[in-house]
Amino acid sequence: MDLFAIIRIAMRALARNKMRSVLTMLGIIIGVGAVIAMLGVGQGARQTMQEQIQAMGSNLLFVGAGTVTRSGMHMGWGSTKSLIYDDMLAILRECPAAHAVAPGSSSSGQVVFGNDNWATRLNGTEPQYFDIRSWPFLEGSAFTQNDVEMSANVAVIGETVRKNLFGATDPVGQTIRINNLPFRVTGVLVPKGTSAAMGDDQDDIILVPLTTLQKKITGQPWLRWIMVSAVSRQSSYAAQQQITSLLRDRHRIRAGDDADFFVRNLADMADVADEAGRVMTLLLASIASVSLIVGGIGIMNIMLVSVTERTREIGLRMAIGATEGNVQQQFLIEAVVLSLMGGITGIIFGLGASYVITQTLGWPVLISPLVIAIAVVFSMAVGVFFGFYPARKAAQMDPIEALRYE
Amino acid sequence: MATTSQPEASLPGTKDPETVILAEEIHKYYELGETRVHALRGATVKIARGEFVTIMGASGSGKSTFMNILGCLDKPSTGRYLLEGVDVSSLAKKELAAIRNRKIGFVFQGFNLLSRTTALENVELPTLYAHISKAEGEKRSREALALVGLGDRVAHFPSQLSGGQQQRVAIARALVNRPSILLADEPTGNLDSRTSVEIMDIFQKLNDEGLTIVLVTHEPDIAQFAKRSIQFRDGKIRRDDRNQNRPLASEVIKNLPKLED
Repeated sequence: MDLFAIIRIAMRALARNKMRSVLTMLGIIIGVGAVIAMLGVGQGARQTMQEQIQAMGSNLLFVGAGTVTRSGMHMGWGSTKSLIYDDMLAILRECPAAHAVAPGSSSSGQVVFGNDNWATRLNGTEPQYFDIRSWPFLEGSAFTQNDVEMSANVAVIGETVRKNLFGATDPVGQTIRINNLPFRVTGVLVPKGTSAAMGDDQDDIILVPLTTLQKKITGQPWLRWIMVSAVSRQSSYAAQQQITSLLRDRHRIRAGDDADFFVRNLADMADVADEAGRVMTLLLASIASVSLIVGGIGIMNIMLVSVTERTREIGLRMAIGATEGNVQQQFLIEAVVLSLMGGITGIIFGLGASYVITQTLGWPVLISPLVIAIAVVFSMAVGVFFGFYPARKAAQMDPIEALRYE
Repeated sequence: MATTSQPEASLPGTKDPETVILAEEIHKYYELGETRVHALRGATVKIARGEFVTIMGASGSGKSTFMNILGCLDKPSTGRYLLEGVDVSSLAKKELAAIRNRKIGFVFQGFNLLSRTTALENVELPTLYAHISKAEGEKRSREALALVGLGDRVAHFPSQLSGGQQQRVAIARALVNRPSILLADEPTGNLDSRTSVEIMDIFQKLNDEGLTIVLVTHEPDIAQFAKRSIQFRDGKIRRDDRNQNRPLASEVIKNLPKLED
């Protein structure tokens, strides 16, 4: 008996009880739909987090000046004076996994333009910083190495600063006052939004040449941080080790003592965020799959009813030559047809639900073809799993008893 | 119908190369909890090709058990059953299913047609389990329906057919795989007397064409249309007679009143 004939028979048997079949399928429809939508939401969130971490810079490492404990009191990170410009040059020279470096020092400042003022973070750095963080310009450009050498009064502003100070005015070429010093704006950075990993507004910032900050604002010749980009994402762990051992050596820190700096690996953070996203996806999907199992039990229930109802038919089929295998196959395929039809409808519903979620809640939803393929296979598996017992029950009937059944 | 022109059926025990059914010393026990029911106590029957045999007996006489064994739905506890020379008492379930499919045609009291399935598709059912093509199966099914006089009702559903017509569909279904024997279990039990005779007419005609028929009934009126009558009692064969002066169903119908309603 060929498969198509059996599928046709199964379809007809299901069509005989349309309402019942549809209600049974509903369990699978809801289950598969929920799994599809939840996986879509989870994967979308994970993708967004990845993109945000990518947005912070590729293969980025952050070397920060460490803490100092003075009279038993921790002074917070960046309070040591031991991280210096030569450390940065040494990293570039001696760590093979380090691709590019940018020095930095931080302060805060009151910025004034016309009648508007704004308090913001003030960072001093060098032009390669923008490449390392892969941070392009919305308007204008970065200050130059020449500006750094001249300690020029030039500034790059973030989107939040632009919004608050300039409104509709084009900021490039305008002069702002930072802590009462005049600075010419050379560029506006593309907004990066709120950092997923740090939770702060990355666009609320002004960047000036490192030397300008050191000489004219803070008066501190040491560095607060060094940004390092590794050769590749894989090599960022190697870079972390190389930098740590290099700086421990340069700062003459004995084995076992706490370092006066720290190295943070953004690949690490990306992995943590990815893991968090994965766990969330899994959690959502497993909650949704509970309804799939409930749907499967519904199929089993209906198939058991159907087998009992059709006892005489089973007896007849056996009497006219159906083997146990034939009968089992017939009911198993009926269950699979039921669950597969439910599964396919569920996929359509899931896609619809994802679209609604994107439209109304604004959450990014990502549905890969793999997820759909898995949903199809999974709903089939539900049919086989929950259809097996009823089909087995049908196949093991005694034809004589079955024919006599009223 | 020229019944007299048919070769005379041989009596049990006589030598006949055309033996279809040979049941020897069949015993059947059932275990019902603690008690053991002895349904058949040594039944021996030999049926030749072309015979038309009725099996009669009160309920509990063992006739149904015997029919189930003849139909390969059940196996004897002891004894031997040869169907066309093949010892089927030793076959596996799967092989028995194949035998039922190809060598035996079943007709039941309750017709057992699939509802919401056309007459043609009902008749096609056994061909689905035989290894024949769909086209061949359909061709044979149409032929079988034509043979029982329902060539014009192929697309009708059982609910659109009378009881007699439904039973004729069931007979067509039993014939579609060209079996060696036709086993009918109370085929007229659900039918009025006129329709019953019509069904017997079909059986007589099929038998005239050489089909071996074994029919279970408890109505002597029906049994008289067969050539031979076997009586069961208490799990044993009590009588085994050849019917003298058996009536032709086609003649009997003429004398029956037409149903008014």
